[in-house]
Amino acid sequence: MSGPNVGIVIVSHSPLVAQGAADMVRQMVGDRVPLAWCGGNADGSLGTNARAILAALEAAWSPAGVAVLVDLGGAETNSEIAIEAIGEPRSAKIVICNAPIVEGAVIAAAEASGGAPLSRVVAAAEELAPR
Amino acid sequence: MTLADAAMSSPMLIGALIDDCCSVIDANVERLDSLDAAIGDGDHGTNMRRGAAAVLAEREAIANLPVGEALGAAGRAAVMSIGGAAGPLYGTLLIELGKQFPAEPKRADVARAVSDAVDAVARRGRSEAGCKTLLDVLCPLRDAMLDGTPLAAIARNASRWAEATKNMRALRGRASFLGARSVGHVDPGAASASLLVATICRRLRDPFR
Repeated sequence: MSGPNVGIVIVSHSPLVAQGAADMVRQMVGDRVPLAWCGGNADGSLGTNARAILAALEAAWSPAGVAVLVDLGGAETNSEIAIEAIGEPRSAKIVICNAPIVEGAVIAAAEASGGAPLSRVVAAAEELAPR
Repeated sequence: MTLADAAMSSPMLIGALIDDCCSVIDANVERLDSLDAAIGDGDHGTNMRRGAAAVLAEREAIANLPVGEALGAAGRAAVMSIGGAAGPLYGTLLIELGKQFPAEPKRADVARAVSDAVDAVARRGRSEAGCKTLLDVLCPLRDAMLDGTPLAAIARNASRWAEATKNMRALRGRASFLGARSVGHVDPGAASASLLVATICRRLRDPFR
């Protein structure tokens, strides 16, 4: 048995999208990958919430690092803010993937479940990005 | 020149600025939501009101900090509550401004701090002036601060800067998904930025109004 697996965080504007993507990840990898999701703004409507992203990063934190999957612009920049709030040295081991949120989360988790390092997990997701 | 009359204490001035900014956002929630509904997701005013309320909730603690730290604290409160595209942009603006803000604010030092903070917002948004975003207000603000334009003139010009986004095609943010259909609408982020810039400039040149 090697060390801990890379964690996955899913950040959508919609709690339903985030939860649904997380369900698909769980179906694929069970509990072998630390996983957390967040969606919606602080009022529970569609939107993003840096504080909730920060909590999700804490929940899915792994010494091997965390790959973050996001949907639209605010999800990305609010994730950046949350990563900065976590601070060094952990922030250096958290990467936002340039990948579609659902497919990216599933393939990143599949890669992570085999014990791949963060760079390989991110690369697997980013192979899906439109060129 | 100092930014405000030395006879007004820093806690009073910071408190007044927080009150002014919250009031102008509260008075414009529906307008900002409606501008956003035309070319985005319709929640910019609601998001800004949530951010303003979070800063207002910490008003006394923030007002009693040195100005630079107060800006940082307000930025952190805002960024953790606004959400959306605007949260990280306004948060970055305030937090970076706070890092650079001189202990004894002279106009030239403040101008440099504003300039650096606006550049940080552009990096955060991976954008620049001309893309129909709040940078179309912040970049003219930066230039006006650097060239010594009086605060009263900046306050008067701010709404014109926002109006100029009406004829722009959005190149960043969700409005860019609309392509040419984004033309003809004022950008909501530019609108909120112009309201806040004008409000802050008016208070700073006339602290006791």
